[in-house]
Amino acid sequence: MMANYREMWEALGMDLENHDNLCAVLPDAFGDVYLSQENRPESMDFWDMVVADIHGIRPAELIEAQKDGKKVFGTFCVFVPDEVVIAADGIVTGLCGGSQFWVPDGEKVLPKSTCPLIKASVGARLGKTCPFFRIADMYVGETTCDGKKKAWEILGQDVPMHIMDIPQMKREKDIARWKEEIADFAKVVEETTGNEITPEKLADAIKIINAKRRAMKRVYEARKADKLPISGKDVLLMTQIAFFDDPQRCAQMCNRLADELEDRIEKGVSVFPEGTKRILVSGTPMAIPNWKLHHIIETSGAAVVCEETCTGTRYFENEVPETGGSLDEQFAAIADRYMKINCACFTPNTDRTKDIIRLAKEYKVDGVIDVNLKFCCLYDTEGYSVEQALKEEGIPVLGIETDYTDADAEQLRTRIEAFVEMLG
Amino acid sequence: MFSIGIDIGSTCTKTVVMNESGEMIEMLLQPTGWSSVDTAKQIRKSLESKGICIDDAKIVATGYGRISVPYADRQVTEITCHAKGAYYLNENKDMVVIDIGGQDTKIIKIESGQVKDFIMNDKCSAGTGRFVEIMANTMGLTIDELCELARTGSGVTISSMCTVFAESEVISLIGRGEDRKNIAYAVVSSIASKVASQCSHMDTKNAVVYLTGGLCECAFLKERIEQMIGHELVTNSKARFAGAIGAALIAASKGA
Repeated sequence: MMANYREMWEALGMDLENHDNLCAVLPDAFGDVYLSQENRPESMDFWDMVVADIHGIRPAELIEAQKDGKKVFGTFCVFVPDEVVIAADGIVTGLCGGSQFWVPDGEKVLPKSTCPLIKASVGARLGKTCPFFRIADMYVGETTCDGKKKAWEILGQDVPMHIMDIPQMKREKDIARWKEEIADFAKVVEETTGNEITPEKLADAIKIINAKRRAMKRVYEARKADKLPISGKDVLLMTQIAFFDDPQRCAQMCNRLADELEDRIEKGVSVFPEGTKRILVSGTPMAIPNWKLHHIIETSGAAVVCEETCTGTRYFENEVPETGGSLDEQFAAIADRYMKINCACFTPNTDRTKDIIRLAKEYKVDGVIDVNLKFCCLYDTEGYSVEQALKEEGIPVLGIETDYTDADAEQLRTRIEAFVEMLG
Repeated sequence: MFSIGIDIGSTCTKTVVMNESGEMIEMLLQPTGWSSVDTAKQIRKSLESKGICIDDAKIVATGYGRISVPYADRQVTEITCHAKGAYYLNENKDMVVIDIGGQDTKIIKIESGQVKDFIMNDKCSAGTGRFVEIMANTMGLTIDELCELARTGSGVTISSMCTVFAESEVISLIGRGEDRKNIAYAVVSSIASKVASQCSHMDTKNAVVYLTGGLCECAFLKERIEQMIGHELVTNSKARFAGAIGAALIAASKGA
């Protein structure tokens, strides 16, 4: 596997020897977590193929596009508006590290008490072990937390960076300022790509990204069924890869999967036995290949039916109105949509709690597992209010803090099994 | 038919056998040792030597070694089992259980016999039985001796939560010539304060608070926790068997 891409990786200046170590463990991990599942939807074959050659197929496509003069923008957060990049014929790729493999390289330059997502992302760049981090012409960072802000300064020594300043509150003046940030970003994208963003091109880009959101939402809708047609792990994989894929192909594949799931619902096909407890996972994102919590939950007598995370509903909920108009009007519409994302970086952030309660009801969950990546101070602190609100609603909740290592897997399993037993 | 609960903890393994009328006819206690699998085999032998044939029994295994009992019909987590066991021992009252285990401490809220909420300590061994055990070894005492000696001490505190750092702290206290009884007092106070801090996340007002686990007979530890949480603790000499009792009850009720 991945053998044909060595030349490409070498040309990207990657550390081939260390990269081989990563390539050696992924197939086993994927086999254990994914291929061991029974009765998976056939449409998952697309994502299985992507994972099997995760550092090959898509990187090769990006390099081909670069040869045609296209520019690749690497992003780390659901607040960076893809529409702006697409409107300038640019390409967006997610750049989030979800493996412990990259953490030690990140810890060479970052404090240990940094969240694993940041450590892995910085490590993937500096350790030269991820092609996506080598390919991107420009990184787009944002100011969603202190750890990231300082990490950008370190990454900025190695790669061109643009930083978007995310407001910390959502008052009218904050949203207006965010619109200005988007307009500034558009100028940077125009300069980098050499392409002008016209109102027509932006309107088209808005439609492309909305179509992708709608397709992902269709898959999520299917998880509201009493008989679950798909596992949480499989949907998580779909969402994780959505950050890397071409948005139109992503929409097409998600729609193909949704077709199959809707057919399964009609036929009453389920991948879980009757009575399996339904869990909503809320909290911090799970970048590929972080499947740890979903795997433990789904091998402890429960199923994940929804994720209120950046690798979940925060990624695709709400669309940008397709009303067109001037660039200024469209930037305002984009700003409005992105400011509806309820991230713990805002204060107050009570709308997130409302989202969690709403999703818990819509997806008919038996309980919520609120997960926090270790050292994420924002989500950790917000966990208190989230748990309090859920308890008031009579929705059982389990708070979990974890990282990318397997050191706590058995303790987590005991807690999660006990939680599932508690749900009756 | 017998119902058997086997609780393979990190330090001790507890086995409870109930007869058809729900009476506890055997309670066995043994160190877990380094192999849960061997421990499970030994239990089988001990039970057979007492004329209890496990092939005709319904068996539930719990504790961290619950997956190592090949002849168990079911595995149930120690949280659910401790709750059932404590509820049974305390005459079916709503309560909050504090279970100080060998490698973790759990706070469990029980309403109408069901687990309503629980908190478990993180990976770290602060506030667990292991902490006291290591400190007792360092001081050349048994756990019981340490707890009784602690009652006569005062005035010293250990500030490290981490067991490894706390052990260094104890060693430097010994090196400084600090009286052993004062160090013992500091050790017991340290675990009590960690348990109390964990307990503060659970509403214990108007609740019966029940202590289970291997330290339930350490009277001074119980007193220190009571002082710190400002609440009386109830316990019972059988409380260290709570997990195994709960497992046996589940075996009996669900037919395993």
